[in-house]
Amino acid sequence: MSDNNKKWYSLNLNSRQKQPKTSSSCGCGKTEGGCNSSQPVEELSAEDFLEAAVNASIGEEVKKDGFDQVFDVKMSRRNAFKQLTASLLIGAGAVSSCTSVISSDESKEKSQIDWEEQFKGNYKLMEDDEKKGTVERLVRSYQLRTGKTISLSSKNAEKDVLFGYAFNISKCQGYMDCVSACVEENNQDRDSQMQYIRIHEMKDGKGFNFNEADDNYYHEVPAEGHFYMGTQCFHCDNPPCVEVCPVQATWREEDGLVVVDYDWCVGCRYCMAACPYDGRRFNWSKPEVPEEEVNKDQHYLGNRMRKKGVVEKCTFCVQRSRSGKDPACVEACPTGARVFGNLLDPDSTIRWVLENKKVFRLKEDLGTEPKFWYYMD
Amino acid sequence: MRRLKVFKSLIIDSFDVISHGSRKYHIWMAFLTFVMLTGMYCYSIQLEEGLSVTGMSDRVSWGLYISNFTFLVGVAAAAVMLVMPTYVLKDIDFKQAVLIGEGLAVAALIMCLAFVVADMGGPSVLWHMIPGIGVFNFPNSMLTWDVLVLNGYLFLNITIPFYILFRHYQGKESKKSVYVPGAILSVFWAVGIHLVTAFLYQGLQARPFWNNALLGPRFLASAFAAGPALIILILAVIRSSTEFKVEDKTIKKIAMVVTIAAQINIIMLISELFKEFYAPTHHSESAYYLFFGLDGKTALLPWIWTAISLNVLATVILTFHKLRNNLKVLYFACAILFVAIWIEKGFGLIIPGFIPGPYGKIEEYTPSGIEIGVTLGIWALGALVFTILAKTAIGIETGKLRYKG
Repeated sequence: MSDNNKKWYSLNLNSRQKQPKTSSSCGCGKTEGGCNSSQPVEELSAEDFLEAAVNASIGEEVKKDGFDQVFDVKMSRRNAFKQLTASLLIGAGAVSSCTSVISSDESKEKSQIDWEEQFKGNYKLMEDDEKKGTVERLVRSYQLRTGKTISLSSKNAEKDVLFGYAFNISKCQGYMDCVSACVEENNQDRDSQMQYIRIHEMKDGKGFNFNEADDNYYHEVPAEGHFYMGTQCFHCDNPPCVEVCPVQATWREEDGLVVVDYDWCVGCRYCMAACPYDGRRFNWSKPEVPEEEVNKDQHYLGNRMRKKGVVEKCTFCVQRSRSGKDPACVEACPTGARVFGNLLDPDSTIRWVLENKKVFRLKEDLGTEPKFWYYMD
Repeated sequence: MRRLKVFKSLIIDSFDVISHGSRKYHIWMAFLTFVMLTGMYCYSIQLEEGLSVTGMSDRVSWGLYISNFTFLVGVAAAAVMLVMPTYVLKDIDFKQAVLIGEGLAVAALIMCLAFVVADMGGPSVLWHMIPGIGVFNFPNSMLTWDVLVLNGYLFLNITIPFYILFRHYQGKESKKSVYVPGAILSVFWAVGIHLVTAFLYQGLQARPFWNNALLGPRFLASAFAAGPALIILILAVIRSSTEFKVEDKTIKKIAMVVTIAAQINIIMLISELFKEFYAPTHHSESAYYLFFGLDGKTALLPWIWTAISLNVLATVILTFHKLRNNLKVLYFACAILFVAIWIEKGFGLIIPGFIPGPYGKIEEYTPSGIEIGVTLGIWALGALVFTILAKTAIGIETGKLRYKG
């Protein structure tokens, strides 16, 4: 964060980068464990600690008024700075959950994290250590809120990898196992039943007639006289959605994945208008996933928890694909209609399909160069 | 230092002017404040719950807000039709109208920005879009172009009239060498804002209804019809309720502008309809949906046919000199033309872009009550801003408001 080529603005309040070498003087940038709770004896005198503890436990009932609470307490310089930061937070109205400046270490830490997260930069332009920083904050924040630990990855694209996908129209029977696996894997909002994948049920003899297809069927499959075709984000090599984003909150990664930084997205939905493949979804309300159903194996650019008012999309399960696994839809498909792999690896199945099958892509005339091919047996 | 003193006095005096007025004026302002407060209440619900309280969905992801935004950019751009004759061609008949036109542009731009903010999913992170602080995807994203041109145009339309009024307030003549370069720039800029806004849609290969070379020129033609039509109506109100003198000649000259623009607009409409319906392709489906409905889904039919009828009727009325020169008929024609273009360049343009969807899915859109509330609130905000600006400007121009230092 210290380099001067930064293309965004960050307050850098008390962050770890300020004192990178003195690990003992955590300076509150450290997100695991409250500064006070970890080493209270070193940080505060016994008297101060008692006072802080009393303040924390009785909170607003303390006799001193708010001003005295903040300023009329014996404290170390570091502690004073911390509390001033916290009071600044209150002043800025950034923390709604934290009702008292010195209510508890946890809420202080929470507000610190919220503050830093609110003013962090665009993930696309972050250095690796900054990526790690925000990932640590998010993990800690989730821990503070739910008491549970998630594994959040910030793994970058690997060299010589370009992901591609192929869909066998002859094999798909419309079971939609891919759809439910995708929803579970990617922590999509259950209330609005958000789905990245759409399965279009088409009539035999009509060709690929999307207009007459049904992408919202509730009957036994495979239905007589029908065939099925799935669509999702095609991870175009020339993605129109990326061009139009006013803040570069969405981009094409080195391995071909088109991703979104949910924390940088401003929610203008220009990308949704620009996508010719209906590949993007918007969180119209706060997304809700029951705690026990949350997939805790997450990636920053993939299935981590979203907030309301941001765009999201299929990432070819970046949390899986970058650790060598197939996306959830591929794994879940009972018919083997879905093929996924590295286009740059000549021995991959996807390459075999592309070289030996008659493949085609949708709306090729638009020049978007999708990396999603269809073929038939 | 002296300028600051004058400025302070101007602020105080104008506050005095805008807080005093006839009973009608107070009722008008109270009404606008009430509508604004209702709008703010609706917006607070939207902030709390998310955009799910609107009628928009993943299939139709832009609605009433962006429709109004698009239309109002045109209204703002229309000020140029008064600025150019006055400052550049030195046509004295436009002089009375030009400050009103610029005030209207400011109000329209404020409404535009408010509509864009209302449409955002994350207004709290809008700083991501501020160049230098955030990441500004310029020149790739047309939206960043739009941010630049709209704010630049707002700046021009605030500074030029402000300079002129500030001089007049002190009883001095404004210097041409100061404001004419700005005025000339604003002429090009006005064309720019509307063309850029059209490019916002025109550049999307995903939406064949918008991806159409005529969209930009048609935006301009309809804007130069609707904007001056609104200015005529406002001048009519100002004429009858204040001492500000607006001559018939001025109104008739603006009516001429409206007429020509409306005629060009109709020609372009015919060209568009011919292309969509003579040899319909897969890409004509949105137009079919708009004009005739698809698969029994016909939500836009009453709107668009109202718009087309009003548009044609207004253009016919305006074309005949005898009718146009009768002020009462002119006001009627301007009113229906304004409504017609609001429908046509508003949701008659935005909604069919999304219907049918990329895979032919037809899911209709109806704005929710909250969405309508926010929209009305923003219109009230614009009317309030305009009233304040116009009242101050009229006070200075009629000589009531003078620096007494």
